[in-house]
Amino acid sequence: MPQTLFEKVWNNHIVKPQTADTPAVLYIDLHLVHEVTSPQAFTLLREKGLHVRRPDKTLGTMDHSTPTTPRNALGIIPVTDSQAQKQLDQFTRNCQDYGIPLYALGTANQGIVHVIGPEQGLTQPGMTIVCGDSHTSTHGAFGALAFGIGTSEVGHVLATQTLMQYRPKTMAVRVDGRLAAGVVAKDIILAIIAKIGVGGGTGYVFEYMGEAIRSLSMEGRMTICNMSIEGGARAGMVAPDDTTFEYVAGRPYAPAGEAWEEALAAWRNLPTDDGATFDDEVVLHASDLIPMITYGTNPGMGMPITGRVPDPAQLGDVSEKMALDKALTYMGLQPNQPLLGQKVDVVFVGSCTNSRISDLRLAASMIKGRKVAEGVRMMVVPGSQQVKKQAEAEGLHDIFRAAGADWREAGCSMCIAMNGDQLEPGQYAVSTSNRNFEGRQGKGGRTFLASPLTAVAAAVNGRITDPRDMFVPEMA
Amino acid sequence: MEPLTSVSGRIMPLPINDIDTDQIIPARYLKTTDKDGLGKAAFYDWRYAGDGSPKPDFVLNRPEYQGASVLIAGNNFGCGSSREHAPWALLGAGIQAVVSTYFADIFRNNALKNGLLPIIVDVATQQQLLSLAQEDPATSVTIDLATQTLTLPDGRTVTFPIDPFSKYCLLNGVDQLGFLLGLEQDIGAYEAAHAPRVLTTAHA
Repeated sequence: MPQTLFEKVWNNHIVKPQTADTPAVLYIDLHLVHEVTSPQAFTLLREKGLHVRRPDKTLGTMDHSTPTTPRNALGIIPVTDSQAQKQLDQFTRNCQDYGIPLYALGTANQGIVHVIGPEQGLTQPGMTIVCGDSHTSTHGAFGALAFGIGTSEVGHVLATQTLMQYRPKTMAVRVDGRLAAGVVAKDIILAIIAKIGVGGGTGYVFEYMGEAIRSLSMEGRMTICNMSIEGGARAGMVAPDDTTFEYVAGRPYAPAGEAWEEALAAWRNLPTDDGATFDDEVVLHASDLIPMITYGTNPGMGMPITGRVPDPAQLGDVSEKMALDKALTYMGLQPNQPLLGQKVDVVFVGSCTNSRISDLRLAASMIKGRKVAEGVRMMVVPGSQQVKKQAEAEGLHDIFRAAGADWREAGCSMCIAMNGDQLEPGQYAVSTSNRNFEGRQGKGGRTFLASPLTAVAAAVNGRITDPRDMFVPEMA
Repeated sequence: MEPLTSVSGRIMPLPINDIDTDQIIPARYLKTTDKDGLGKAAFYDWRYAGDGSPKPDFVLNRPEYQGASVLIAGNNFGCGSSREHAPWALLGAGIQAVVSTYFADIFRNNALKNGLLPIIVDVATQQQLLSLAQEDPATSVTIDLATQTLTLPDGRTVTFPIDPFSKYCLLNGVDQLGFLLGLEQDIGAYEAAHAPRVLTTAHA
């Protein structure tokens, strides 16, 4: 019987099938852990006298509560928040006690958990990957089944390398055609979420397909899969192809020699079979898309950048009207106003959505020879120490600095605002991150989500700007 | 975990759609290393002004809703971040059940593992409960897990879905981890049959 990509990966990992009384028990190939959602799970292990079953399938990194401020004279990134320091110290001890490899703050491979997995070649097609972080969906770009879990489940995986899961439904998310110049992966996913809403994918795993997805780089596919959760889907996947294999090949953890050939043969069998069916389907046409931006307080409140803010009075559903009213009040926006020309205070380029080398190259190509507008603070935060190193080798940091932007150490930074990087109340930010929830980037801060191109355009003009109006030829 | 068979209590309205876990507990409260004491951070930015004073209009601060244990929310409760701190904070604030038309997947899983009941009802029941809560803050409901029913003050009952395994674990006070630990042989057999492609310790 023809199977989808999801079904193949799911079926390959069943330790015990689902029954009338119990969920399926799934084997987990890779468990990524970080300092914020793991402490209580390790406490549970200690209380119960359990060990970590497979430290060799577990990897720790520090990213969420870590500062991105410059290193001191000793080359150390100083942590000034005592609570964060305590959390980091405890995480270090947990990893040491249980034999888990750790990329500690400031070390060569440290970075955002969803940047380092792919970068090191740990993320491979056909795997099951979990982490106590909802953006684990990122790794699905490789044709892995990857999803976020809570801390109790982190404990389950640490102790048993398995998880109990009911099988989700599947949704084909097809993006036909080709993108116009100046329109990028971030615009695709913002358009998908605007179409289906933040709850539209609840209970589903997405498989992204179609010509526009196929044409994307791995980084672009990661941007899209990353935000699956913002449409309510725990996981999003893209079938592996030559783009995937080229990306994985030669990375530190990638198979080599004969093992590579074996892996490749297995990976080529993963794509969804002809005739396999999905529980639901969404279709978009890439040629219809222009740069997207959000206007509200969840990622589903997005629109084409040339659009006008919707009017609550035009909505039929009372609860949706209330939600929009509340969002516009928080954002300080008026119904029917355009966003083009809206003043911004801060521009953030970073996060597990858009902090990879290609994102930084794109942003740098746009800002080269230009200046950040007076009164605007622009932060560029590489996703990992490896991304930072590569960017510096290419001179990207000089381009950002020359433009007046702040070049930082690697981490989650202003995407989660629990590490010192945050907005002041009332400030407006154009951000390449994934969430525009109230207070997400700092209490009272107001976020417009957009692509790196749109972010740079806003930084240069100090106002929301259509990046296509500033197009530089080499970006095509 | 203590067995959980029913929740009876007064209801509290929060008629907002898509309440994300950043609202339930802002990220800056996640620098803790334990589960305790998070109740005071529940809905912090909706509950307290910038100077830390309570916002009198917010439902958790209103005297007539003090002690209410069943939160009636808008659609799609708990979307966003996977933080299990969200159910820990709600439980810490005295909330034992949340009623919505649907829940985000990760939040629902997290809630069920901590004895916080995510109760799914249809829109009509949700609206009725919101009206009741707003009109008469003394309104109580009873949620019975064994029969999967929520009983309204007028005696009418509505049923709600819950997966059989979570229900069993909650009713019997069983930790789900215990079940997985009992599968040692199956897990070992799986590992024997599936050579790992990646070992994190290979280059560490």
